[in-house]
Amino acid sequence: MNGSSARSIVVVLLLAAGVATACRSGSSTPAAVDARPAAAAADSSAAAAPPVSPAATVAGTSGAPRRHSAADTRFIQLMVAHHAQALAMTGLVPTRASRRDVKLLAERIAVSQRDELALMRRWLQERGEPVPELDTPHRQHDAGGHAGAMPGMLTPEELARLAAANGAEFDRLFLEYMIRHHEGALAMVAELLRSQGAAQEAATFRLVNDVDADQRAEIARMRAMLGAPPSEARHH
Amino acid sequence: MRSDPTTRRAAAPLRSLLLAAALLAAAAPAAAQTDSTARVAAPTDDPRVALGSGWMDAKEAARNLELVAHRPRPEGFFNPASMGDFGFANADLAFRGNYVFQGGYHGFQVWDVSNPASPKLRTSLVCAGGQGDLSVYRNLLFMSVEETRGRMDCGTQGVADTVSTDRFRGVRIFDISDIDHPKQVASVQTCRGSHTHTLVTDPKDRANVYIYVAGTGPVRPAAELAGCSAGAPEEDSTTSLFRIEVIRVPLAAPSNARVVSAPRIFADTATGAIAGLWKGGSHGEGTQTTSQTNQCHDITVYPEIGLAAGACSGNGILLDIRNIANPKRIAEVVDPNFAYWHSATFSNDGKKVIFTDEWGGGSQARCQATDRAEWGADAIFTLTGRTLRHSGYYKLPAPQTATENCVAHNGSLIPVPGRDIMVQAWYQGGVSVFDFTDPAKPVEIAFFDRGPMSDTLIMIGGHWSAYWYNGRIYGSEIGRGLDVLRLTPSEMLTQNEIDAAEAVRMSSFNPQDQSKLVWPASFAVARAYRDQLARGNGLAADRAAAIASELDRAERLRGAQRRTALTRLATQLDRDARTAADVARVRALATAVRDLAKKG
Repeated sequence: MNGSSARSIVVVLLLAAGVATACRSGSSTPAAVDARPAAAAADSSAAAAPPVSPAATVAGTSGAPRRHSAADTRFIQLMVAHHAQALAMTGLVPTRASRRDVKLLAERIAVSQRDELALMRRWLQERGEPVPELDTPHRQHDAGGHAGAMPGMLTPEELARLAAANGAEFDRLFLEYMIRHHEGALAMVAELLRSQGAAQEAATFRLVNDVDADQRAEIARMRAMLGAPPSEARHH
Repeated sequence: MRSDPTTRRAAAPLRSLLLAAALLAAAAPAAAQTDSTARVAAPTDDPRVALGSGWMDAKEAARNLELVAHRPRPEGFFNPASMGDFGFANADLAFRGNYVFQGGYHGFQVWDVSNPASPKLRTSLVCAGGQGDLSVYRNLLFMSVEETRGRMDCGTQGVADTVSTDRFRGVRIFDISDIDHPKQVASVQTCRGSHTHTLVTDPKDRANVYIYVAGTGPVRPAAELAGCSAGAPEEDSTTSLFRIEVIRVPLAAPSNARVVSAPRIFADTATGAIAGLWKGGSHGEGTQTTSQTNQCHDITVYPEIGLAAGACSGNGILLDIRNIANPKRIAEVVDPNFAYWHSATFSNDGKKVIFTDEWGGGSQARCQATDRAEWGADAIFTLTGRTLRHSGYYKLPAPQTATENCVAHNGSLIPVPGRDIMVQAWYQGGVSVFDFTDPAKPVEIAFFDRGPMSDTLIMIGGHWSAYWYNGRIYGSEIGRGLDVLRLTPSEMLTQNEIDAAEAVRMSSFNPQDQSKLVWPASFAVARAYRDQLARGNGLAADRAAAIASELDRAERLRGAQRRTALTRLATQLDRDARTAADVARVRALATAVRDLAKKG
């Protein structure tokens, strides 16, 4: 893996560590907030205690919600490495791709997976689970295991082949590899959901489902970019 | 600028340049980007920028919207130790009479809004299993469940086994005849659960209502629900992918509700191949063939025009729903800017459709100054016959912070006659009201926003939905409860226009089930059209002023005198129409004045 990929991983880690992005676009003090008239009878119970329903009903049985499972943890840890590699791949795009739609797609994937990776690291931290260290190519490779241990992951040879490519050849390789990479993620989701006690926490189910839904949609887009263009708007 | 989004790449940079020219440039530092096109930007005095954070004490910013009431989540429906605990998140709303039904991941609330300025909690029900989206029809309440922790008995302890008779994923049906004691009378299981659903009534079938089920979750093993299959469509014609389910609910016996069809709305109309959209080419060794647009997120039906718009993962689609149990796809679009087609809303005349793109799934901060303005936004299409044509984009114009999840989400039309206006939720981006009458140039006319839940941690929060109902805007706030807002007048929306909107009354409202908005004949409606003509210079200024005086005069008269005055005004308007700049609007005003004359 070359230096720029390693650098992009470091950037990812910095972002994951919670460096806030400035987003003010000008003045240093916020303008006066458009306030409601002071005399407004706005009935805001914000400061009051939460309402108690006069007929609060608990349907059926209840019990402590289930915690995360070992399979949940393993999935998230593997996905951290998986996302890190996706970001290494998208990091190659600006200087090697020729198609504009490939560049846009890579930007979209990069933005989403960077934030998802931060979310997953926090998921592990909040649950007291080990967070994979991915600051060197060596550790990344170890986290991923050999290709086959984690579905869809590129081997160091494949990553090198991608990094060495340019123009139309890079476009094609990038799409093929990323499709395979995404399909690996879907396989991992499917495997997780076949395990006992998986994704019982609402936050976990949502994260898993979002990974699945987003990557499915992206695979469809990439397949269309590789083969026939998507159908034009048409009516029957 | 009208453009077909499926066209050749050559068109895209031009469109982007036009967008860039139309929007103000942001001064924010740019991340490594493909090219410099429009980002989320706002005038520097937008009060939404850098709002103070907090759970229940965040700072607020509003323009042309006033918060008239706020209610936090009730006891037992939040985790005091963790404000962002997603297991208690509020989700979508449904409306009937003076009740607002607020669904969520832990159950639902029923709010009495007889006085919208003072909502009262009538009932809560604990029934775990997200997302908890609701619809209501008379005495029946429907609830979507997709999570693997969903239980038949509404319990909170989840289900560990991969195959279990305790598990429920599908649509629950509650009888709310006794609204203080909702009773679950049916649990219709589906193969992928129900992420959300659409209630559809069939005017030809009074005995039943129908539910279109959108399942986007993992497919259950056949051992848990017979007939379920996650097979690839090329290999398995019974696959649970690539379809929606239709539930028929007998109103006299809702416990007999069941799935009656599973239309393959993605099928290729020529070959019948189940996975008809997004045919890809070769994609190299070692790849599979299972992944395409195979699910719909939201389907919005508009039965009175016989159409539904489906936001389905990789595509926006149009459905013919004249046969309710067997909807048929009649058109589809792609937009290379869309990550994930999420919701659809028709304009009242059915000539425009707004599709939303939920880039980032709702959990990510996608309204930052570094994010593209066409991503995670609304795409506005015109609909002519069966042809959808892309016209413009709308995105929340004020940049949000990195800890505020934000993207286009749920909303509905605001019934201002003569204009296409929508109110929409943007998660922690707040609530935005925008006019899309000109589909190529949407413009924001009102907003309400709070600062982030946290300055340091991103969590899923903010407004899940914001809908107009009987004169007010109701916002379901994920972590903070229920908001009630009212429009206030400005240059962009007069009091007359607001009065006309507030006069529209519905007995019930489920946001994915649109019905034709009609305005009772009123002076407010006539004045609204007049105000619009004045604002847009659709009529000579002196005429616009004279019409205002005439309306005032006619309103002070009674009986035959009023009728005469109004009829004469209508005749004058017919004449005005011949030379007016905005002929259609003058004609609409003439019609409104005639309707008023008939009303007497």
